Amino acid sequence: MVGMTTAESFVLAIGTKKGLWLATSQDRREWSFTGPHFLMSEIPSIGIDTRNGRTRIMVGVRNEHWGPTVAHSDDLGATWSEPEQGAIRFPEDTGAALERIWQIYPDAESRPGVVWAGAEPISVWKSTDGGEHFELNRGLWDHPHRSEWGAGYGGAAAHSIVVHPARETVHVAMSTGGVYRSLDGGASWEARNRGISAYFMPDPNPEFGQCVHKIAADAAVDGRLYAQNHHGVYRTDDNAETWNSIAEGLPADFGFVMLTHPRREGTAWVVPLKADGERIPPNGELAVHRTDDAGGSWKRLSNGLPTGEYNSVLRDAASVDTAEPAGVYFGTRGGNVYASADEGETFTEVAAHLPDVLCVRAAVVAGA
Amino acid sequence: MAMAGDRGQAVPTPGITVVLPSILQPLAGGQSILTAPADRPVTVAELLDALTADYAVLARRLRDETGALRRFVNIYVDGDEVRRLQGLETEVSPGQEVLVIQSVAGG
Repeated sequence: MVGMTTAESFVLAIGTKKGLWLATSQDRREWSFTGPHFLMSEIPSIGIDTRNGRTRIMVGVRNEHWGPTVAHSDDLGATWSEPEQGAIRFPEDTGAALERIWQIYPDAESRPGVVWAGAEPISVWKSTDGGEHFELNRGLWDHPHRSEWGAGYGGAAAHSIVVHPARETVHVAMSTGGVYRSLDGGASWEARNRGISAYFMPDPNPEFGQCVHKIAADAAVDGRLYAQNHHGVYRTDDNAETWNSIAEGLPADFGFVMLTHPRREGTAWVVPLKADGERIPPNGELAVHRTDDAGGSWKRLSNGLPTGEYNSVLRDAASVDTAEPAGVYFGTRGGNVYASADEGETFTEVAAHLPDVLCVRAAVVAGA
Repeated sequence: MAMAGDRGQAVPTPGITVVLPSILQPLAGGQSILTAPADRPVTVAELLDALTADYAVLARRLRDETGALRRFVNIYVDGDEVRRLQGLETEVSPGQEVLVIQSVAGG
């Protein structure tokens, strides 16, 4: 295996509507599973934190009866912990209650204890103790636009957080509201949606209100991000000041997923869906599309994927790992999970008939 | 069962018992019944405050951080669901039984 040592292996975490499955592999082809963990609770968010010399798996758990919570495991799911008072808890003065944790995002290596979370109601949270306790980001909570943000079908949430590894720049995407940017580490936020269409609104080019589904940063080009919208695939090269369409060449401009390569410039993956009327892979043919030139062109990738697939792939039900070549993983609402050890050129089915897949995360870890 | 005022016996502290569903019992140290000392009527909110003071995770499973009862958690006082009474302000008297039961919901 290129670039791997025998001391490394892979962890795959699959959050579903009815629990969490964890898998480990030495080669990204044969996987050993445990689970379901948290049976009958949905797992809409997962963060795998490989900093600090350990592998910490953090999960956003939501039980229909008993509510949401964040749990973490430092032993690959053998045991789980949750703080007594809850990792995410709205301050009393907000009058708000946590509904669902949509995103758990470990920050860069340079900020080893920092973990971000995005939640419903629309809110961003920051932990400095490795994800055990989070603090509400007041800048976004008190934003004057808040009263005009709306709820998409899945709820009103901050679902994407992208933090610059060196500067204090943070991008957040919310449905519905669009992209917001902070240049001061989250103290203040401005809407940054110029060029992104909101065709479903009276003014199709508003300052905010866009239904962005996922954003991801180009790992090699500073200021470049990609966005999959509710119709529309976009790129910015100026830190979200302006967005331009890169949808040409895709079979559909709708979808939920946006992934970027861990190192290589211009490489991103989407999973197009036909919409609004259908919300299925175009013609029932499931395929991932990859660009290697920042959206100038797209390559259809379907080796190993089934034909006749009528389930969608949700925004966080896809992930890349950091190996070389990068692994690509995704799951469907039909409960199938696919993995590629070659950047999407070929996929293998690693799980089937699970409950709806809500979140997939993969990581290269020491040992396991 | 010893009742307050029984002659010849020690007078037990009057209390209100709360019966937990099995799924929540691990969060209460394995207990199926929690008893809050009470010599006067208290509200369900006060009762939950007292009973979950030492079981913070249990408290979060029943109520959110605003204090609201979670949507699919039902609390019965002598057979009546508190939402049909005065919600968490429903008063419970010593000797009454309180049941915590999750809704039959989900798919």
